[in-house]
Amino acid sequence: MSVTTQGSLGNAAVKTDQAAYAAIARAKRRDIIFSVGGLVVMAIAMTLLLTLIGDLVVRGLGRIDYDFLTNFPSRKAERAGILSAWVGSLLVMLVTALLAIPIGVAAGLYLEEYARKGWLANLIEINVANLAGVPSIIYGLLAVGMFVYGMNLGKTVLVAGMTLALLILPIVIVSTREAVRAIPKIIKEGAYGLGADQWQVMWNYILPAARPGILTGAIVGLSRAIGETAPIITIGALTFIAFLPPAPITGEFPFINFDWLNAPFTVLPIQMFNWVSRPQADFHTNAAATGVVLMALTLSLNGVAIWIRYRLRKGSRN
Amino acid sequence: MRNITLTAAAALVLPGFAMAQDAVQIDGSSTVYPVSEAFAEEFQIATGNRVVVGVSGTGGGFKKFCRGETSFSGASRPIKTSEAELCAENGIEFIEMPLAMDALAVIANPENTWATCMTVEELKKAYEPEAQGKINNWSQLNPEFPDHGLTLFGAGTDSGTYDYFTFAIVGEEGASRGDFTATEDDNITIQGVSTDVDAIGFLGLAYLEENRSRVKAVEISYQGGDCVAPTVEAAGDGSYQPLTRPLFIYANKAHLDEKPEVLAYAKFMFDPEHAQELVSETGYLALPKEAFVLAEEKIDARKTGSFFDGGSKIGVSVADLLAAN
Repeated sequence: MSVTTQGSLGNAAVKTDQAAYAAIARAKRRDIIFSVGGLVVMAIAMTLLLTLIGDLVVRGLGRIDYDFLTNFPSRKAERAGILSAWVGSLLVMLVTALLAIPIGVAAGLYLEEYARKGWLANLIEINVANLAGVPSIIYGLLAVGMFVYGMNLGKTVLVAGMTLALLILPIVIVSTREAVRAIPKIIKEGAYGLGADQWQVMWNYILPAARPGILTGAIVGLSRAIGETAPIITIGALTFIAFLPPAPITGEFPFINFDWLNAPFTVLPIQMFNWVSRPQADFHTNAAATGVVLMALTLSLNGVAIWIRYRLRKGSRN
Repeated sequence: MRNITLTAAAALVLPGFAMAQDAVQIDGSSTVYPVSEAFAEEFQIATGNRVVVGVSGTGGGFKKFCRGETSFSGASRPIKTSEAELCAENGIEFIEMPLAMDALAVIANPENTWATCMTVEELKKAYEPEAQGKINNWSQLNPEFPDHGLTLFGAGTDSGTYDYFTFAIVGEEGASRGDFTATEDDNITIQGVSTDVDAIGFLGLAYLEENRSRVKAVEISYQGGDCVAPTVEAAGDGSYQPLTRPLFIYANKAHLDEKPEVLAYAKFMFDPEHAQELVSETGYLALPKEAFVLAEEKIDARKTGSFFDGGSKIGVSVADLLAAN
């Protein structure tokens, strides 16, 4: 690297020193113009985002208190809360994550490492990429036909989680493949060279090295899923529900209980949507407050994922 | 992965979890939703029985109701013949109970000086399908109106509000021009009309009441009659026509017989002691006490079928609804 640079500068110096300095100055100017341009674009994007968030926070933050988080919906705006909505959102996200991440990662690894490259693999690749762009309502319609009525699962937390898992599966698959593809070939070849079989390479080298990329994909997917309204409304989520699903952890043996999967539910975006479309201004304030909670929940989910990623990275180095 | 599960699960161990149990299922119109919400809330407090309410719109609600999925369906128009047939096919018998009166309001910008009163014919000219692309100036509606561009807002095509407005104004349900700003959220109509002097729109009365400072009501003259402003009182005495409409609750007869909690909810909803008060709280005009007494009798007698022969009627008064019970 340094050799070639010196060489080309040396050539320039043979012609005239001035030309060389001018070339350097031009390159620097271009750098400055580009960085200023980039800064302006970023400033515009951030201003827009912060204005939106700021507006939401200004309207809603004052409404958030302990009662708002622990009350059920009510016809009286000042008495209404979002307990059933945030618990519903969390449970649905739990199911979504447990389904979409393992399946998506496995599918991505298979496509990238095991599947034979050919027209079939290409076809699947194109389809997966296309699925990522399908409007979410289509997934809702598919789910209502297949899960709710076809498989007779009802309008439950499980079905909502399955629907959203389908929705974000392409995102997880694509990001897994990208992450695997970005791993230097030397790592893989080195492992094979030392006599590891394909599973060992996959489990001990590829997966740990791809984990940051995979987790980023999962975060992007879950962040999208938590804000979805259309497919959840389509499968028949409720608007007024003043009780919680049964607890996943109980005091008696076997301590874990799966009844909550079959419980009716609502989620934060639906509660927000309902309040926004009400005539009374007090409900609009509630909607803004719900928006703030939804954002906080998304950020903390991301925070958890980043923390896990950090822990894993430390672990894989030891 | 196990980490995530445990952290999330631990966060969910909160007081308030109870055993799963059958809840009373209600769905239907978003217009009736605030009323159902009020009853559901109070019923749950009073009896401890669970009630859940969904919002699928009047039509979407009937689809679920006629599949036997829900026990009650809220409707901002009477059940259609096609919907009643679907119910019959599935062996679902229903009891129809009017609950409240609602009015649709036509609104204009407060600085609009000319549109204080409009006839049904003028409104029809503005919204009918033939107006598409042609009627775009106030002077086309009435030569006395100024030469101003015309901007139209209104409820979205999936709503009962749109169905009833087109039925009452254009004369055919679901027939309107396609090039007006149709929105499922009436607050958008308020926003649009409040920022455009030349705009009019239509929406539920409750939205007008909450936004009197931003938009004004247009009085309506029906069949050459006097100009009447949309108010709860005018809706009640039947003078605000043709944009007054009844709101209904439909109950599944078999569920009333088989599920005690469903019967208890029906009785609670039409208990003359508190029903009126709860309906009024939500901004609609409750029917007189007598109507709730009659509805109770109708539930006891399990009198099924629709009074409306599969369609909306104009000029339905409180007295007619009493007769229906």
